[in-house]
Amino acid sequence: MLTIRQLTRPGLEPVDLSIEAGECVALSGPSGAGKSMLMRAIVDLDPNEGDVRLDGAARGDIPAPRWRRLVAYVPPESGWWADDVASHFPDGDAARRLLPRLGLPAEALVWPVARLSTGERQRLALARALVVEPRVLLLDEPTSGLDRETALKVEDVLSERLADGVAILLVTHDTGQTRRLARRRLVMKDGKVTDGAPAPAQSGNGA
Amino acid sequence: MTYITLSYTDLAVAAVLVILNAALSIGLRLGLEWRLLIAAGRMVVQLALVALVLKALFAVVSPLFTAAAALVMVLFAGREVMARQTRRFTGLWAYGLGTTSILAAATIVTVLALTTQVKPDPWYDPRYAIPLLGMVLGNTMTGVSLGLDRLVTAAARERSAIEARLALGQEFSEAMGTITRDALRGGLMPIINAMSAAGLVSLPGMMTGQILAGVDPVEAVKYQILIMFLIAGGTGLGVLAAVLGGVRRLTDGRHRLRLDRLTLTTGA
Repeated sequence: MLTIRQLTRPGLEPVDLSIEAGECVALSGPSGAGKSMLMRAIVDLDPNEGDVRLDGAARGDIPAPRWRRLVAYVPPESGWWADDVASHFPDGDAARRLLPRLGLPAEALVWPVARLSTGERQRLALARALVVEPRVLLLDEPTSGLDRETALKVEDVLSERLADGVAILLVTHDTGQTRRLARRRLVMKDGKVTDGAPAPAQSGNGA
Repeated sequence: MTYITLSYTDLAVAAVLVILNAALSIGLRLGLEWRLLIAAGRMVVQLALVALVLKALFAVVSPLFTAAAALVMVLFAGREVMARQTRRFTGLWAYGLGTTSILAAATIVTVLALTTQVKPDPWYDPRYAIPLLGMVLGNTMTGVSLGLDRLVTAAARERSAIEARLALGQEFSEAMGTITRDALRGGLMPIINAMSAAGLVSLPGMMTGQILAGVDPVEAVKYQILIMFLIAGGTGLGVLAAVLGGVRRLTDGRHRLRLDRLTLTTGA
């Protein structure tokens, strides 16, 4: 599904990686190892070189905005450009259906962004990426600010997407989460990706 | 026309005011006395040189010399725009973007005014061309530097918001929409304020100058209104060119935010 060959940019050793439909690959490593850099390079937010394809179609042949709707990146720190939450969602109905699944009330749409907690921001940022219905999700610590119960809700939603054939590259330091969601584990260090110990073949957490 | 000519003694008497300011600075330990005196000295030398240059230009009425003088003015204005930026574009863009925007806007507006409204003979007569250009340039320069500064500062400050929009699949122009509009507004504000206050709060310099020179106030005001319209037109065109050019330079064919094309200058 997503194949990456010799993807490189300053600070990133050439990366080869492929993720199949419905597969979740966990990526871990110390901070500053280049995990975010790799994700930003895949969605083409920074100048980079290499061959990136989705279902065989080369990234360069797809206009960048369309590419980023197919391959969505959710950074650890979310950015907001309007005062209310709703303005960040093009489709209010889809958001209203999704938010309760992430442990947020549908009224969260009318909340002012300035009053959101870290965990609320994190889930809303994930939600606005999910409603675009991307084929690949690049998630950078999507549950780091959440309590265990809420994190499991998020994992349920992600497991459903996996079952629907979405591919996920997941940066996480939570070994339990890696075990529950990921089939493979990669480790990144000093801009280099290496295979980690394989996670037990298991998909989802029983959702 | 009747006007009172000034003697050098008159100027010397007025200069006492500046010296008084310097004395004040020493008395209150503001540490400004030298800067004040140097600035006053610079002003005298610069204006004296301009008087000589203008006198020579007016005497020859050459299209080539007029164009050369105009170009020098534009280049200085461009330098001033660059100096006022807290963050600049890298390489030639630092100087080039502001300067070309000003050059294009001021040329269009000034030539239009000379050929269709003021109509001196010949149309490039420096006695009309140079003062008109000077007034348009000064204001366009202010607008362009404010607009560019707002654009670039906001792009750097709002990086996470812009990139969040890009990551959700928005086009760069859409992701930069709010910031672009804000920069355009910032560039146009001074001329809107100047037009609103004209005559009530401030008596525009050119009009006062003409009145001092003995021109009928109604005629002087007509000239001033023309100039205000020219300035508004020049500022609008210049700000639009500079801000839209800046937005383009901040991205590339893959709709990325290219903050690596900016340098950080400290102090300003």
